[in-house]
Amino acid sequence: MEPAAIHEELKSRFGDAVMEFREGNGDPFIVVNGSHLLEIAAYLKEAQGLHFDSLMCLSSVDYGENYAVVYHLYSMQHKRRVVLKVYVEKADPRITSVQSVWKAANWHEREAYDLMGIRFEGHPDLSRILLPEDWPGHPLRKDYVFPEEYDGIPCHRE
Amino acid sequence: MPEFRTEEMVLNMGPQHPSTHGVMRFVVHTDGEVMRVAKPDVGYLHRSIEKIAEKLKYPQFMPFTDRIDYLAAMNCNMGYAMTVEKLAGIEVPPRAEYIRVIASELNRIASHLISVGVMGLELGAVTPFLHAIRERETINDLMEELCGARLTYNYIRIGGVAQDLPAGFAEKTIEFLDHFVPAVDEYNRLLSYNKIFVKRMADVAVISAENAVDYGLVGPNLRASGVKWDLRRDEPYSVYPQFEFDIPVGTGEKGQVGDCYDRYMLRIREMVESSRIIKQCLAAVPDGPVQTKLPASLKVPEGEAYVRTESVRGELGYYVISDGSDKPYRLRIRTGSFSAMSIVELTSRGLMIADLVALIGSLDVVAPEIDR
Amino acid sequence: MRYFADWIIENLEFTRAIPSEYVYLIIMVVGGLLLLLFVVPMAGALTFVERRVAGKMQSRIGPNRVGPQGIFQFVADGVKLILKEDIIPTAADRRLFKLAPYIVFVGSFLTFAALPFSQKLIAADLNIGILYIFAVSSMVVVGIIMSGWASNNNLSLLGGMRSAAQIISYEVPQILSVLAVILLTGTLGMQGTIKAQGWAPQHWFLFHNPFAFIAFFVFFISAVAECNRIPFDIPEAESELVSGYNTEYSGFRFGLFFLAEFANVYVISAVAVTLFLGGWNTPFYLPTGIWGLLPSAVNLAGLITFLIKTFVLVFVCMWLRWTLPRLRVDQLMTVGWKYMVPIAFFNLVGTAVWMLVWGDKSIAALLGG
Repeated sequence: MEPAAIHEELKSRFGDAVMEFREGNGDPFIVVNGSHLLEIAAYLKEAQGLHFDSLMCLSSVDYGENYAVVYHLYSMQHKRRVVLKVYVEKADPRITSVQSVWKAANWHEREAYDLMGIRFEGHPDLSRILLPEDWPGHPLRKDYVFPEEYDGIPCHRE
Repeated sequence: MPEFRTEEMVLNMGPQHPSTHGVMRFVVHTDGEVMRVAKPDVGYLHRSIEKIAEKLKYPQFMPFTDRIDYLAAMNCNMGYAMTVEKLAGIEVPPRAEYIRVIASELNRIASHLISVGVMGLELGAVTPFLHAIRERETINDLMEELCGARLTYNYIRIGGVAQDLPAGFAEKTIEFLDHFVPAVDEYNRLLSYNKIFVKRMADVAVISAENAVDYGLVGPNLRASGVKWDLRRDEPYSVYPQFEFDIPVGTGEKGQVGDCYDRYMLRIREMVESSRIIKQCLAAVPDGPVQTKLPASLKVPEGEAYVRTESVRGELGYYVISDGSDKPYRLRIRTGSFSAMSIVELTSRGLMIADLVALIGSLDVVAPEIDR
Repeated sequence: MRYFADWIIENLEFTRAIPSEYVYLIIMVVGGLLLLLFVVPMAGALTFVERRVAGKMQSRIGPNRVGPQGIFQFVADGVKLILKEDIIPTAADRRLFKLAPYIVFVGSFLTFAALPFSQKLIAADLNIGILYIFAVSSMVVVGIIMSGWASNNNLSLLGGMRSAAQIISYEVPQILSVLAVILLTGTLGMQGTIKAQGWAPQHWFLFHNPFAFIAFFVFFISAVAECNRIPFDIPEAESELVSGYNTEYSGFRFGLFFLAEFANVYVISAVAVTLFLGGWNTPFYLPTGIWGLLPSAVNLAGLITFLIKTFVLVFVCMWLRWTLPRLRVDQLMTVGWKYMVPIAFFNLVGTAVWMLVWGDKSIAALLGG
């Protein structure tokens, strides 16, 4: 089943929660509404003929006007992949956690929270993973300004 | 009789600790020698490579990929080059593809040598480690001839490789492999089949196939759990489909499938398979150029791509989003060590403190690869 | 030593003026100093030898810069350790922390008092020599627990506890296997045990009967465990506990731990040689009188024989260390209690039965008629 067909199937099942299918240079992806993410994720993993049992990668992107969380899924059984993209509004970046579907998401979501500042609701331990607990800001945001100093340690080279 | 009160002991292993392979920390909750749980704390080597990528032009980022996994710099180079080539539609000359495979597989052997050597070191056997280092030294020499560097190569470039194979490289490599493959048996006799070593590794820290897939384990760690999965075979890239090689999987030969011993033994077998690939590859290298002519300022058309390759520590994925300029808009790196680390908390429950060391060693994590 | 003191009092005029107790005291102090002069450089040299042996086994060179072939490396290391800053962690129990290394060193040094070197060269040929050696070497564990506790460091504490469990567990099979030899000789004295054996291998207790043969291995394995060396080095398991009980120690105090470890290796090898490998026995017999002491060729031959045998065993310890991985703590206990102790008991009974049937005749004696 090609990504376009998967999009059709999701569309017929979840209706408006599944938005457009974009193709262009590189990988095509399916844009999904964040509100039904968990159901769609569970369906993709469990449904007959889909079996997307492996979350290859979970990335966060700052698109300027909004953020996006990108899920690269893979089905080891059928050897095919699909890309889901969920846009998150900038003012209050929140999205449902999928760590109950794929355990791999646990650390990836912590990383996205740490570096991009997206809150994953329902995550059991949403804390910073790479940066110190008290680090100011989320460095992968495009408007991030590198701090002058951290805990009295200068962060810029003279 | 007075009542005895016992309390959990919290043991901080790391950030500076002999068995942490770089800098990381485990908060170990123990009841005597038995661990309740070991919580990994990572990030001590975070250098924000993903952010750096956004500030640099595509070819300029290549030296940074060396630093993602310093033990397998060649494989990291290759993954990044392939991602950009896919997005920009760059053709790689066939000779360069072969050279890439030779270099990456040599690097795989070098990295696995460190891994299996360190495994012995973790369990107190120092000598096998130095024997492994001795073999790796030859590979380092070969790499130095190839590209002038011994650790961070920056050899594979977008559109090809930096320079052609030096004169006599093939002969020297074959000479090394002819010495190396029998040496693996010697190594097995010294360490792998040692009774104490087997006792320490077999049935310890078993990771089931379901958990391995669910936690996103990749590469040797996944295969050790009995999942026959290798990107070189299952999502073929470069010239791998032309070669004949086996994919070893964990069989539970001394204990259960997915225990530390399986993960260790798998790497030993992979080294032999890599030697086979290199030999076939050396015999088949075609003539021709090794680098495609690229524009002075490489602009990548708008789009996004996620390309994964079978690096030494498993799937190494680069997710590049391009906005049409000469710098990546966003670059995300997905590494094998990161997911391997995330399963430690689950697997560590009920192990002994000494088993944690075996578990970390057998997962073969490299700290900079976790933290990037 | 006693022999020497008696001779001095009897033969030298000027000592008559001093009460004999003082003479004994002076002789004891001098003897102790002589032993210290033997132990410290010997243990130091062993560190050098160990590093070179390790180098050979690992296809590298090892230290070879200080002095010819690096022979003075241990002197340089010793000087460095003494000059180093002595760090005591703030949270440590200062008094115990300072005391612990001395107890460890004294514990292993005291055993030298009863160790034979040759026919006449022994500081004190106690009639309970073996018992004494095991008694004082048990003091080491007190020092180790003390250092583990006083460091106020979880890693050190774990190391100390492991060490206590290990040394106590392995003392049982060790002493049980020695009992088999004591049955054969009927003496606890070290010299007496050696005298009961001959110079030729078939007269050694190692080959006396099958049970003694097994007893030797039980003894040696337990003794290696008591020394905390690989494959039994879990108290200092580098990859788990950093350095175990001595993690927090630096400088001279660390040096004492180190010295004690190497002195211990020598001690267990010497005891094994004494009990099982014929000790200093040479084909030559000893002239009588005081001239049988150091200058005599026979005595010197005995000394050399003894040292060669001992250092061969020391080498075996190094060989083990650089070949084997280490056991896990529960496996260590399994080996100790489930294998070594039953085997040692079996040996003890077996030896008793042997003696019941054949008296103290060895296999060689039975075969040779």
